[in-house]
Amino acid sequence: MIPELLKTNLEKRVADAVTNREAAVDTMKELQRHYGWLTDEALEEAAQLLGLSPLQVEELATFYEMIYRRPVAPRIVHVCDSISCWASGGETLLKSLTQLLEIEPGSTTADGAITLLPCSCLGNCGEAPCMMIGEKQYGRMTPEAGAEIVAAVRDASPGS
Amino acid sequence: MEQILLKHTRPGRCLSFDEYRSAGGFGALAKALGKMTPAEVQQNVIDSGLRGRGGAGFPTGKKWSFVPRDLPGPRYLICNCDEMEPGTYKDRVLLERNPHLLVEGMALACYALGVRHAFIFVRYGYEQAAENLRSSIAAAHSSGFLGDNILGSGFTLELGVHQSAGRYICGEETALINALEGKRANPRAKPPFPAVKGLWGQPTVVNNVETLANIPAIINEGPLWWKSTAATPEAAGTKLFCISGHVVNTDCFELPLGMTLGEIIDGPCGGMRPGSRFKACIPGGASTPYFTDAHRDVSMDFDPVAKAGSRLGTGGIVVFDQSTCMVAVTLNLIRFFARESCGWCTPCREGLPFVRHILERIESGRGEAQDIEILREHVQMLNYAFCALAPGAMGPVEGLLNHFGDELREHISAGSCPFKGDRLP
Repeated sequence: MIPELLKTNLEKRVADAVTNREAAVDTMKELQRHYGWLTDEALEEAAQLLGLSPLQVEELATFYEMIYRRPVAPRIVHVCDSISCWASGGETLLKSLTQLLEIEPGSTTADGAITLLPCSCLGNCGEAPCMMIGEKQYGRMTPEAGAEIVAAVRDASPGS
Repeated sequence: MEQILLKHTRPGRCLSFDEYRSAGGFGALAKALGKMTPAEVQQNVIDSGLRGRGGAGFPTGKKWSFVPRDLPGPRYLICNCDEMEPGTYKDRVLLERNPHLLVEGMALACYALGVRHAFIFVRYGYEQAAENLRSSIAAAHSSGFLGDNILGSGFTLELGVHQSAGRYICGEETALINALEGKRANPRAKPPFPAVKGLWGQPTVVNNVETLANIPAIINEGPLWWKSTAATPEAAGTKLFCISGHVVNTDCFELPLGMTLGEIIDGPCGGMRPGSRFKACIPGGASTPYFTDAHRDVSMDFDPVAKAGSRLGTGGIVVFDQSTCMVAVTLNLIRFFARESCGWCTPCREGLPFVRHILERIESGRGEAQDIEILREHVQMLNYAFCALAPGAMGPVEGLLNHFGDELREHISAGSCPFKGDRLP
């Protein structure tokens, strides 16, 4: 169940939309922010708010890179694997983080604090290689700098 | 070199709304609303020779002229800021430094088109850009440049910001329209073109950020002055080139359209990094065929680049040095496109993973002589895809076949990659 205030805000967002489903991405994002990922419960709630079937929401949820239909940690480390980062040490950065966190890309650390995900171009190619944690971007990453930032984020993480 | 888009930027921070006003900002809007008809604004854009900065290079004024003005119901303008083409970051730089130029440009475009409600479609990860836009829109509202009866002209306009959740195909204009409507972002069949039947079935224009940000200067300084800021008589205006890879200065530069590739690399880019020699580059974002040393004298303008076998695209130049394996580069690009395919049509959904498989085989030393022919067939075959994603994805493969055939064959005959794939910055 979502809190009453969030529900009211989302109902307002949907009412202000040109059509109900125009608010679909915003609704999914807000519910994901609340639950941590788009749970089955969240999917049903989104469907109800938007006047769609759960399947129609699922069709959207599975389409977007930043909507998660499986559990993720409170902190997600996105490492760009596209061409500019690749040409500037992106593979080395990702490999060093998999070793540091002792997980494969696409999975979550044993303590549930951090999920490591390769991602498409972050639009920060002049600062390659890049990663993004939450909404913050980090450029010109060496394996050492990356390790330092991830360690700091891990210490501050509610999951640790 | 004339700066139009990055003229009033401040180091390390966003230009404030008041600073933009002091520098003459919204003067073009006041001029248009006070002295020009919508048709005159459109004619100015046609006369300027402005071509779309998002990748396709279609003449902007001509695109506007396709919009029927006599149909009942609203018309829409959508600004495409779904900047997901690898190697491209110019729109982010522009919006982080001066979002007001886009707000004014959109107001002018909406006046010309008779649009009362426009949207800016922003990709994920561009939080600062979206925040800057929301502030600029709010400030423009308070100053009477947006909202009801703008500057007493009777013209009314609302701008909305939509933040996406990440998918490359959303940058394709009909997929973008579906995404904005809250539908799965598969491309739509054309015709009908969006100019006639777009957002919610109404006439819609989709223009790139950089395209729209040029409109204020065209109206203020006149189309002929704007056109003359290019490096050649054939080209029109300036262009944001965003650079990455193995050069000294990897930054976003506003340069006269039509400078040669060599001038850009040796000039603003500061040349190659110490120890690096130029081998090849992607000239305009991930979907454009490679340029090599033989292309240094090509004028970086739409038609000359097309004549030389590639596309100016977004102006995202990615430079590779002699230690880079072009098979590995192509494999990286194809992995991106295969992952980003929306899956709607068979050639793209099935073809791209197959091409990826062939390239993986070649790169890991298990390639066979027939693979080259298979790649060549797919460059042709993927033209039958539903939208431009798959043909674009095959641009780099085409470049690989045309310019690095020896390197491809060496992988196959030696049974291994003669290069190392990854390198430190």
